[in-house]
Amino acid sequence: MEYGGWLMPVQYEGIVSEVHRTRRKVALFDTSHMGEFLVEGPAAADFLQGYLTNDTAKLYDGRIIYSPVCYPHGGTVDDILVYRYGPESYLLVVNAANAAKDWAWFSEGVKGGVSLNDLSDETALLALQGPNSEAVLSGLTRTPLEQLRYYHFLPEVELAGIRCMVSRTGYTGEKGFEIFCDPDKAGRLWDELMEAGRNFDLTPAGLGARDVLRLEASLPLYGHELSEEISPLEAGLFPFVSFKKGPFTGREALVEQKKEGLRRRLGGLVLLDRGVIREGYRIFDGEQEIGVVSSGTFSPTLNKSIGMAFLLPESAKPGEEVQVIIRNKPHRAQIVKTPFYRRESQ
Amino acid sequence: MKWEIKEGLKYARTHEWAGFEGDLVTVGITDYAQDMLKDVVYVELPEIGQEAQVGESLAVLESVKAVSDLYAPVDGEVVEVNEALLDQPELVNEDPYGEAWVVRIRIDAGYENPELLGEDDYAALVKEEADR
Repeated sequence: MEYGGWLMPVQYEGIVSEVHRTRRKVALFDTSHMGEFLVEGPAAADFLQGYLTNDTAKLYDGRIIYSPVCYPHGGTVDDILVYRYGPESYLLVVNAANAAKDWAWFSEGVKGGVSLNDLSDETALLALQGPNSEAVLSGLTRTPLEQLRYYHFLPEVELAGIRCMVSRTGYTGEKGFEIFCDPDKAGRLWDELMEAGRNFDLTPAGLGARDVLRLEASLPLYGHELSEEISPLEAGLFPFVSFKKGPFTGREALVEQKKEGLRRRLGGLVLLDRGVIREGYRIFDGEQEIGVVSSGTFSPTLNKSIGMAFLLPESAKPGEEVQVIIRNKPHRAQIVKTPFYRRESQ
Repeated sequence: MKWEIKEGLKYARTHEWAGFEGDLVTVGITDYAQDMLKDVVYVELPEIGQEAQVGESLAVLESVKAVSDLYAPVDGEVVEVNEALLDQPELVNEDPYGEAWVVRIRIDAGYENPELLGEDDYAALVKEEADR
């Protein structure tokens, strides 16, 4: 399948078994389509502080934050990860589909003391996700990984003799790592990881499983839960919007939204009747239309259909029973707290 | 070929199979179709008594990512549906020509759909689609 100009595998042995393997064992994903921008210079920190909704003061060397990036009207440009190498050096990992738009957006704000470099073509990215991920990765390196905490990274790790950057991040809601390397070495790294994973039930997994895993973990996907028309507050990303930190693009609009009350809120849905919730399905509470599905799937982990939906704020109450319209027929669903799936033992 | 194409059945270009026995036609999706869909997680069946019209959606099969229609390969009336698929949609992947039949349609005496393919023509179609 083509995605953002990349040829990507949607599935290998099948989405259901790839999802189970990620939750129970370990899976390897090629996510090289993601974009990477390097932001450097004495004014780099201020530059980012002005663009991101999250507070870059939370960063220190080796630390990663997640942050939306907003337009002045409060809609979302993208949601990204920010890696801090040093006080004047940061790596942004952006969505493939948004990379060109993000590049233009960030380039506009570049002034003295900041340089912006697009490293996307020089960077391959693999994701190793699942409870066995640490055991697999440890087989390829002497670097101790157990101390590497969630949302932290090691800028230089040798894996099977290949220089990589390793972060404890992912898009699955499972324990795992993301591994950055030179694209010329990525094929060999993939093979080395598959080989090291033989005794740990490692499977390759595709974009299909990745989308199901992220939805089970209620992680937003740009184009669905976030867009130019959807603000991070509407998507429920309150912990990643810092009003205290000072000015940033979109702040006034978000303050206004908060004050006026949100027009819609993202909520979770579980289908009680048979069927599968899909994007775009309308949601009713009796006669009243109360929202629309932003992402929906069958969840192999929960063995039922789940979805995220934008709902009228007064309707987004966990426990409420509502109706999802599937092929013109109402199906019973329940609004639930998210995430749908949370791994045991943090 | 990687996919089974059963002898004695007729095939629609939309990858349904039709087994004719007197005025009853049993319909399901082919091995190739189930392999393209992969993990079927839900089957929506028609009502008994519903009219079937060639080319119109009669049932819906959903995998994790995809929604796929089963189109009627013949005109007639739905007289039986396979309710086992409601609880075990995975049968579609496991036994597409057997336990995972989807509907039975009663046709009028002498009814024929000349558009349906024999197994050789269907095999050629699958090969062409798979090579694409």
